[in-house]
Amino acid sequence: MSDLAKQPGHLKKAPENFLSDGQIEAVAAGRRDFLRKSFLAAGAAMAAPLAARAAEQGDPNILNLPEWSTTLGKPVATNPYGMPSKFESQLLRRESPGLARVGGASVSFCPLQGLFGIITPSGLHFERHHQGWQDVDPTKHRLMVNGSDESLLKKPKVYTMDELMRLPPVSRIHFIECGANTGLEWGNVAVPTVQYTHGMLSCSEFTGVPLKTLLEDCGVDYKKARYVLAEGADGSSMTRTIPMEMVESGEVIVAYGQNGEMLRPENGYPLRLVVPGVQGVSWVKWLRRIEVGDKPYATKDEAVHYIDLLPNGLHRQYSSIQECKSVITTPSGGQTLLNKGFFNVSGVAWSGRGKIKQVDVSFDGGINWKTARIEGPVQNKALTRFNVDWVWDGKPAILQSRAIDETGYVQPTYGQLRKVRGTKSIYHNNAIQSWKVVESGEVTNVQVL
Amino acid sequence: MFRFSKSVIARSVAAFALISASTAGFAFDHFKGVGRQATPSEVKAWDIDVRPDFKGLPKGSGNVERGNELFEEKCASCHGSFGESNEVFTPLAGGTTKDDIKTGRVKGLSSGELPQRTTFTKVATISTVWDYIYRAMPWTAPKSLKPDDVYAILAYLLNLQEIVPGDFTLSDKNIGEVQKLLPNRNGMTTDHGMWPGAPAKKGGIGNGGIPDVKNTACMKNCKTEVQIGSTLPDYARTAHGELADQNRNFGPVRGTRTLGAEAAKPAAAANPALELATKNGCMACHGVNNKIVGPGYNEVVARYKDQPDAEGKLTAKVKAGGQGVWGSIPMPPNGHLKDEEIKTLVQWIMAGAK
Repeated sequence: MSDLAKQPGHLKKAPENFLSDGQIEAVAAGRRDFLRKSFLAAGAAMAAPLAARAAEQGDPNILNLPEWSTTLGKPVATNPYGMPSKFESQLLRRESPGLARVGGASVSFCPLQGLFGIITPSGLHFERHHQGWQDVDPTKHRLMVNGSDESLLKKPKVYTMDELMRLPPVSRIHFIECGANTGLEWGNVAVPTVQYTHGMLSCSEFTGVPLKTLLEDCGVDYKKARYVLAEGADGSSMTRTIPMEMVESGEVIVAYGQNGEMLRPENGYPLRLVVPGVQGVSWVKWLRRIEVGDKPYATKDEAVHYIDLLPNGLHRQYSSIQECKSVITTPSGGQTLLNKGFFNVSGVAWSGRGKIKQVDVSFDGGINWKTARIEGPVQNKALTRFNVDWVWDGKPAILQSRAIDETGYVQPTYGQLRKVRGTKSIYHNNAIQSWKVVESGEVTNVQVL
Repeated sequence: MFRFSKSVIARSVAAFALISASTAGFAFDHFKGVGRQATPSEVKAWDIDVRPDFKGLPKGSGNVERGNELFEEKCASCHGSFGESNEVFTPLAGGTTKDDIKTGRVKGLSSGELPQRTTFTKVATISTVWDYIYRAMPWTAPKSLKPDDVYAILAYLLNLQEIVPGDFTLSDKNIGEVQKLLPNRNGMTTDHGMWPGAPAKKGGIGNGGIPDVKNTACMKNCKTEVQIGSTLPDYARTAHGELADQNRNFGPVRGTRTLGAEAAKPAAAANPALELATKNGCMACHGVNNKIVGPGYNEVVARYKDQPDAEGKLTAKVKAGGQGVWGSIPMPPNGHLKDEEIKTLVQWIMAGAK
């Protein structure tokens, strides 16, 4: 019998609440014989005079004042840099076993299954490092801007953090998604929860200087310089090519701030590039250098990795935009609904091509759809939270979400995506995600074609 | 017919120019006291990128034989002596044929015969490999190679791939010729809608953002049957640990208890050595009681416990890495660990890694 059922003041007496996790599992496995005993035990407990009296009086959590209501609390600045509650120990960044063999060239996934709204807490932001992460001394960090030859830029310059932080900044909310997010699932279902299917995704408010401000301060020649190379200061000195059109639009930011504080070391402290709508690998961390050039660079992460294999054996190179995508985070794979009745189904949608216009949710595997409520204001190239009411009748269901962005692009099904790109692309899987709910309330990952 | 006078046109053009200037951002050298000119030595120190047209490639040369020596010394512990290892990173070499070198397309990529893609089955630009080795390798000591070392290592890799003969010397003079022999040099396409800049027809890349897949926003009776393509395999349900512990124990749902109620155990007390081992990636390759990539700690203890100066030997192993004692899978060096951290780890392992 679960703790909930023992509480005399607990008002929901649906059978599900008499079951412990293990018993729910047993029901799911088809072993129901103990159920009768549970009901008997629960009945006996209710019949006992003390318990019955307590049940009439109410919930002991109300009737018996808890410690926090009857003692002195802790003083201010006990935690000079505040931490989450000690009860919040479950939602952590986690690795997917077997994905990488070296922690320095690996991924940790963001626990989307328990997050709210659109902002990712900085400490839970997903990580992808190519040669480990560094904690760079901001007083010694420099940003250099130069040209691939002298005709592209009047004056190559060096900026300190002091100087960058004097320049007029912008603050904008944007999602960042690894190009390989959901990459494990191209061929078939491989991982159990939304943390591992979609957790190379985060969203923050970034503060920094538009890159165009710096390029113009250096006297860039936009006619000749049509590409930008961004380079990191860490051991990998990661590099990616970025189109000058994006820089000219003012969207690309040389950022130092994240969610009101400085960037976290794992996210590129003290300086990273923000390239809205483009896959995370282009958001170069520990940014030390910007070069303007007249040709793309074919760097390792755009010529050996982050290239999308097609069925005809060709690789797509310089694929950068993260196309429109969404996922239901509650309820999602690896979770169990406790009982029948009302639920708020919630998830996030995003598009690398602009704003989210609409999100539809299906409860029957995509036969019928219902438009979800979008929590506004909707931001450009940012996570967008959606919610929709659902009354679960205890019967099997398949939950899906389908996002539409402002260009009119509709998030595709697995069948549609595979028809064009096959199953070995690794990168840019934006298919509709399906979660199957069975009678026990357990939610699992399935793929609907 | 209405016509603008010349002066009106001139004034509107001037006004337009003014607006453009203000929306275009800031002018050259706009911010007094912010930023300074980079010196030529500074630019030289950091501007190390090499483009496909070899702009930025330092002069130099290196031969296959020297490359073999360097590779064995600095690269083989992760990549295997022949660039074949799949233990730490995906393989560098293998997977291409003489015919691929002729056509510039790796056939195995479309025929399905390729068990795994290697660097040389994918890369279409030799500059990429030169640039990457120079900027980021070796793994634990990036940027320690001289240009001649990089030429030599690359010559060795090209020889492994049977692109150049064993007596070959690679240099800035002949690298352009080698480019024409890369097995997958014709294997890239930029004909897609995922480049956020100008399209190819305007001198950029790609098709200007036209998506390759189309769905429609059907709302009612969109299909007659739900076709399930794949479900979660049983092994995958438990491969990510206890899912119940990866969700809150309150709120609208619970994490599903995947390992069974018996597996639920109270959180372990703080263990600084275990934390150190976890944080530094030791646990990714070594289990406490089982082999993963490297030996389990129990096996290490069994082998070393009766040896004189076991602690000293293990400390050296942790620091410098090694290969051969436990088979062919190499252990990378751990130069980033402090001596006292290695001491803590070694003592913890010898005490049973509890």
